[in-house]
Amino acid sequence: MSKILIVADHANGKLNSGVAKVMAVAQAIGGDVDIVVFSDDSKAVAEQAAKINGTAKALTVDNAANANLMGAVLAPQVVALVKGGYTHVLFCGNALGKDTAPRVAALLGVPQVSDIMAVHSATSFDRPTYAGNAITTVECPEGTIVATVRLASFDAVAEDGSASVEAASVSATLPSHTRYQGLQAQKSDRPDLQSAGKVVSGGRALGSSDNFKIIFDFADKIGAGVGASRAAVDSGYVPNDMQVGQTGKIIAPDLYIACGISGAIQHLAGIKDAKVIVAINKDADAPIFEVADIGLVGDLFTLLPELQSKL
Amino acid sequence: MSIERDVMEYDVVIVGAGPSGLGAAIRLKQMAADAGQELNVCLVEKGSEVGAHILSGAVFEPRALQELIPDWKEKGAPLRAAVTGDEMHMLRSAESSYKFPNWMVPKTMHNEGNYVISLGNLCRWLGEQAEAMGVEVYPGFAAQEVLFNDAGAVVGVQVGDLGVSANGEHKPDFAPGMELRAKYTLFAEGCRGHLGKRLIRQFKLDAEVDPQHYGIGLKEVWEVPAEKHKPGLVVHGAGWPLDDANPGGWFLYHAEDQKVFVGLIVDLSYENPWLSPFDEFQRLKHHPVLKAHLEGGKRISYGARALAKGGFNSLPQMVFPGGALIGCDLGTMNFSKIKGSHTALKSGMIAGEAFAGALFKGAEGGDALQAYPEAFKASWLWDELYRSRNWGPAMHKFGTLFGGAFNYIDQNIFGGKLPFTLHDRRPDHATLKTAAEAKKIEYPKPDNILSFDKLSSVFLSSTNHEEDQPVHLKLADPSIPIAKNLPKYAEPAQRYCPAGVYEVVGEGEDQRFQINAQNCVHCKTCDIKDPAQNITWVAPEGNGGPNYAGM
Amino acid sequence: MKALVSVKRAVDYNVRIQVKPDGSGVVTDGVKHSMNPFDEIAMEEAVRLKEKGVISEIIAVTIGGQKNEETLRTALAFGATRAIHVKEDGEIQPLTAARALAAVFKKESADILLCGKQAIDDDANQTGQMTAALLDIAQATFASKVDIADGKATVIREVDAGLETLEIDLPAVITADLRLNEPRYLKLPDIMKAKRVQIEATNLGDLGVEAAPAIKVTKTAPPPARSKGVMVKTVDELAAMLKQKGLV
Repeated sequence: MSKILIVADHANGKLNSGVAKVMAVAQAIGGDVDIVVFSDDSKAVAEQAAKINGTAKALTVDNAANANLMGAVLAPQVVALVKGGYTHVLFCGNALGKDTAPRVAALLGVPQVSDIMAVHSATSFDRPTYAGNAITTVECPEGTIVATVRLASFDAVAEDGSASVEAASVSATLPSHTRYQGLQAQKSDRPDLQSAGKVVSGGRALGSSDNFKIIFDFADKIGAGVGASRAAVDSGYVPNDMQVGQTGKIIAPDLYIACGISGAIQHLAGIKDAKVIVAINKDADAPIFEVADIGLVGDLFTLLPELQSKL
Repeated sequence: MSIERDVMEYDVVIVGAGPSGLGAAIRLKQMAADAGQELNVCLVEKGSEVGAHILSGAVFEPRALQELIPDWKEKGAPLRAAVTGDEMHMLRSAESSYKFPNWMVPKTMHNEGNYVISLGNLCRWLGEQAEAMGVEVYPGFAAQEVLFNDAGAVVGVQVGDLGVSANGEHKPDFAPGMELRAKYTLFAEGCRGHLGKRLIRQFKLDAEVDPQHYGIGLKEVWEVPAEKHKPGLVVHGAGWPLDDANPGGWFLYHAEDQKVFVGLIVDLSYENPWLSPFDEFQRLKHHPVLKAHLEGGKRISYGARALAKGGFNSLPQMVFPGGALIGCDLGTMNFSKIKGSHTALKSGMIAGEAFAGALFKGAEGGDALQAYPEAFKASWLWDELYRSRNWGPAMHKFGTLFGGAFNYIDQNIFGGKLPFTLHDRRPDHATLKTAAEAKKIEYPKPDNILSFDKLSSVFLSSTNHEEDQPVHLKLADPSIPIAKNLPKYAEPAQRYCPAGVYEVVGEGEDQRFQINAQNCVHCKTCDIKDPAQNITWVAPEGNGGPNYAGM
Repeated sequence: MKALVSVKRAVDYNVRIQVKPDGSGVVTDGVKHSMNPFDEIAMEEAVRLKEKGVISEIIAVTIGGQKNEETLRTALAFGATRAIHVKEDGEIQPLTAARALAAVFKKESADILLCGKQAIDDDANQTGQMTAALLDIAQATFASKVDIADGKATVIREVDAGLETLEIDLPAVITADLRLNEPRYLKLPDIMKAKRVQIEATNLGDLGVEAAPAIKVTKTAPPPARSKGVMVKTVDELAAMLKQKGLV
């Protein structure tokens, strides 16, 4: 029977929404699942973790050194906990998880699995390689399994549970070589194309640089980043750093709205990981409709302002 | 403003890492090793690696390789699918066809002893052999200019500058291109090399021969189900969807690893400006004869390249002061066999021997070394090209069927030695009818199973160029496409370009000619076919262009 | 100060990945390889630090077969002062790579290890962190800015919430993210010079390193294709669907 530890990511007293997705992986593996919260004051976050369905115990590790989470400081504490009898230790596949998990694995002398996207058994998983162009099925050797979870591949489990919250005692020597200096939050009126949760893109059909305003206006209304197809960039409507596609940026937003983009395969290569693709295009035969989750045929110059007014 | 450039001196500089350039490089080093002498040989290649820009059918005749590296098999040369069968079909319509019995196929089209190969992979392997012998191979660097001395002799090349913006300004990471100076410079750029073209003009190397003739070859690599795969099967055909005024032929080869190579060669002497070689190729694959091989498979790669098929009658002078042309830059393809790889390799080897010989005797360069053309004329290569001299002109003069019959008699009965020579003196850019005279062609929509659109195809060529650089397709007169070519020929660049580089966009007054230089697969068709000869292809920043794998 | 830069030979980023029809892996034969682009960024950063006089020696290290020598030549053309080739023909997974790098790091008494945040073939994103753990030294992953002074590095890191600043004591490991810098063009004269440098060869045995337990890849498949969704007729329908999915 597996005994699984999930290392919680959190900030400003809020549990990271990815933790409930990692729980989905833990449940697919099967076994007892504990969530551990490292902080200088863990209780409030641990209570949120306790609500995630499937949590056996929400553990708290309070230490002033955990006020800001850093892989090098977390790793020895996680290792001390894992040695208490866990078979698996799972992290969110985000900056913190990726900073910490390899360090934990190295200290345990085991390999690490990055970006689990499907679970076959307690020891076998699918993970992406080559930027998602080849999916490998891997089998872990004996020993503790340390892994990060590709959050985009899983739905969060429900949060109506009520596990107990317990303080865990961890004895580990913490390094002093790493000091947190601060965080400069992303401050931009318009979100960065690469990291935006929503992206609106325009194509050749926009017809001119001026007409792109309709895309910017709409994007600002819904708080989205703005991209463009290579055809639009080549036509000189927008600068090259807005190009989405194989030769531009490869993005994976939750929502991608393609306006007047035919969907050349080089463009599609840049958006294949988007969760929901919406396409608006005059040409009902445009290849973009082959991959769009929601398609609307028509003139974007009338449809987009109309949509903007309805949201 | 003059730019300070680094200079490096070599005995021989070679431009282009195709079969001829690599053949020459290897032969130079072999000669040096045999003679116990030192020869510094440098080879520059515009592709991101050796093989990245190589595109060929290819059924390979190993004769020249056997001479160059007799133990090629032991050394692991990628010749792995020996030809197991030859078929030839005449397609009569979109549905019907005629398969020639074997005895009717011209001798030159038989392929026993040959191999179905990826020429790109063979070049990669030859590149490794060359490097192991001490040739300095520099992929990712395009030869941009020919260097001359005061006497007008070629003394090397200058590689392209890096880090120049689209409007010609030096970006912060500007790196001036180096001068590679040499006693002799060999140009092995392949068909319609941009420096070779200038040298032919400057030294009037083609003054006494027929104009060069060209074709555009389009090729796809397919992966087919194991049960459909017949390694080593070679299939050729002609007829539908082309015709005698717009001729061409197709190939379909079963290579190793469940791969099938399928391609169409359209003669660039075609007359109908509405013709699109790309779309002809796409619809061709729906013919039952081809479909039978491809159905259930998956297309994994696409590319296109012009080929010089004028052969013997179009062969220019091979040497000029300080250097020589080799391979398809010279025009050594044997179109009667639709093969140019073994002939290119051989021409490079002959040149390598000749120039090594001269250097051992203390040559300082600057001369037009006659030892090379003399050795060329004494070789089997000359004999082979001579015998095939009537093939192309016969096809042009008599059409596919009667030309084919002529070629059958010429090749099978007279062994190519009929006592007369057919000529074809009209250059390919001068063959177009006007758009009004010609019949407009409506191409079927791609089904995305057997046929595809241009952009998805270009995607499969992994073509990439640094975006912020000057356009490498130069218009001598920017007004011609819209003012002249459009009304007269419906601007054929939109259709002959197999990569969607040229577009006419906008309506009425706003109509303009857009060049999507980033898509360019370096096939050179525009440089050849533009009726106004207004487009000049020059090398873009090194590393740019297709990244063919297994082509 | 001495910097170690680990450089990996990987399938070039321009190459479209083909999964072999039998599912045994991806096609790597006859496919262009080059230095992992994130390692190029790490290499560039090392060269800039050297140009600033912060570090005096750059040692490029790679682990793998004969062809990895090309990658070291590239590193030398960038400006590495020495190159070490840990020759191993088999597959090298991150933990083994980390053990080898840690061994070289100790042997060379290096002050800093710079490497890419991940390689674009296995996309593991592990080797730098593992090496830091084995050496019990500090790490700063996903670096987008690095300043080194007084035995300390101040590193701005790209994290989910924005840009985080860490101060770490040297020796340390820094892994490069995309925005750290833009690698320079390699100049032909530098490539020519790099060809003439002697590469130092070693192997895992000489370094006293044991290969780590490995993860077995049992199957490789292309990603599932996206399927066609629904077509809506009106903007109202579209707006309703977006709202219902909680996307706007």
